[in-house]
Amino acid sequence: MPDATGLELLAAELRESQPEGVQDTEHFRGKAALHIEPAAVRATLRFLRDKGFTTLASVHGLDYYPEEPRLGVQYELLSMADLDRITVKLRVPLDAARVESVTPDWPTANHQEREVYDMFGVVFDGHPDLRRILMPEDYEGFPQRRDFPIGGEPVLFTKDEAFGRDYTA
Amino acid sequence: MTDVSDYRRQEDALDVTAPRQAIEHDGGLEQELLTINFGPHHPATHGVLRLLVTLEGEVVRDLKPIIGYVHTGIEKTAEDKSYWKVIPVVERMDYLAYYFNAMAYCGAVETLVDVEVPKRAQYLRVMHLELNRIMSHLVWLGTSALDLGAISMFWYCFRERETILDLFEMSSGQRMHTRYIQVGGVIEDIPAGFADRVRSFCEIMPDRVDSYLDLLAKNEIVLQRLRNVGTLGQEELLALGVSGPLLRAAGHPWDLRKAMPYSSYEDFDFKVPVGTIGDNYDRFFVRIAEMKESVKIIEQCLDGLPEGPHITEDRKVALPPRWELATSMEALIHHFKLVTEGFRVPPGEVYYPIESPRGELACFVRSDGSSKPARVHMRDPSFVNLQATAPMVKDLYIADLIATLAALDPILGGIDR
Repeated sequence: MPDATGLELLAAELRESQPEGVQDTEHFRGKAALHIEPAAVRATLRFLRDKGFTTLASVHGLDYYPEEPRLGVQYELLSMADLDRITVKLRVPLDAARVESVTPDWPTANHQEREVYDMFGVVFDGHPDLRRILMPEDYEGFPQRRDFPIGGEPVLFTKDEAFGRDYTA
Repeated sequence: MTDVSDYRRQEDALDVTAPRQAIEHDGGLEQELLTINFGPHHPATHGVLRLLVTLEGEVVRDLKPIIGYVHTGIEKTAEDKSYWKVIPVVERMDYLAYYFNAMAYCGAVETLVDVEVPKRAQYLRVMHLELNRIMSHLVWLGTSALDLGAISMFWYCFRERETILDLFEMSSGQRMHTRYIQVGGVIEDIPAGFADRVRSFCEIMPDRVDSYLDLLAKNEIVLQRLRNVGTLGQEELLALGVSGPLLRAAGHPWDLRKAMPYSSYEDFDFKVPVGTIGDNYDRFFVRIAEMKESVKIIEQCLDGLPEGPHITEDRKVALPPRWELATSMEALIHHFKLVTEGFRVPPGEVYYPIESPRGELACFVRSDGSSKPARVHMRDPSFVNLQATAPMVKDLYIADLIATLAALDPILGGIDR
């Protein structure tokens, strides 16, 4: 893991090319993380790729309700050569939940960004095929948001839909 | 009017002729692309996986996986339970690798709480993880060979799998979804006689693996079906985020147990089997070789099993032993607090990756300081590896699509969660 010093050096170098990009650095339980502006995501991930973090292990979404900005997207990067991991974290508000997609640079992000969109409603601009992935296509709402209740889910029977009945009842 | 006839009337009223269209035919013999639906209920999809396959004759030109049929919202459910009650639900994600799910989750929570796991617990975890790895590979080998038409492999593999499930039953009381791994250690020390039975399993297992190889390794049908089929090189696999045996089959020796050891894996001497070109043949034999290496690790676990507690002594995290409740008021309070509210976890976010039978399985846990996790997310290897299906099967025959899908080893419970 980049230690606290290594992380600061990395952040300082990144600030040279992206003066507004890096908001904060974090070192928690031996793991380094960069908090960045949503607009700087592609540039940051490309920069880290040049630093050896060539594998995008995971993309996950979060909801920080009731904090603002509410939604979060995190990217787990892995360097197989240096046996090192770093997290890139960003936050977007609910009314402007848009992040640039990193799928053009990292094909592995395709399914994972679709999952974040499906569960949290973060729109990834430039994603080649941004559709729901786990929930049904006609589903309304984003179930992993913290203010989305558990239970009370209507059961869909399409035989009712054919007769114009409210098939969500 | 009764319900039954009501339903019958509805059925009769449905017009099923509408989707049928007249086939245009201009008399030529040109091939055209045909899109067919494959699944979700089809035995060869190894679960409820649906594929939209575009065929030209018998050749696959494009493929789109459609998933979500067994999405049960486990990650959402986890947010409504206290930390220790989440373990049984996350175990049900990848239903062939339940020890791994529990390990990833417990590892993440332990990192958040910053609790140390006793050495004996780490060894017991490794022993069960490796037994689970063999079990998962056995199910995969049996069902995959079945897809190639070899029914006898299925019975041989399930015979050994039963032995392993019996061992799980002996150590934890359950055959599947054992809830053996706990935050801070394991639920109970191994019972008397367990070590002997594991040892006798370790003695027969390498011979059994050899007998699988006798059946498969020189079988002309198997070789023709597997060799140079579904080849995908390291670069493409890495770009698609593929990990585990699929990546190792292409010659990349990436194994988290070696590269970034967790739970005392650095103490064990084992090899990482790799393939050469990354075709289905390599994928088969990498996994078979892995079973033998897992047996070696289990034997070393038994030989070097350290003395000591099987779970952390930290009463704020782990339940006190039963006998203590009768004598100690403090133990009773701890027990009560843990069972009712659960333990509180300091705020933070942790990503804990381990090497599951299918690749990098990681659990992301965010804590907001309460006794319930604010977010639990599994980076499931099957979910990510599934993206490699389309490039793997492009321009293959549809029969090879089945073989490649089998070699991919997707577990839909893990994909859909």
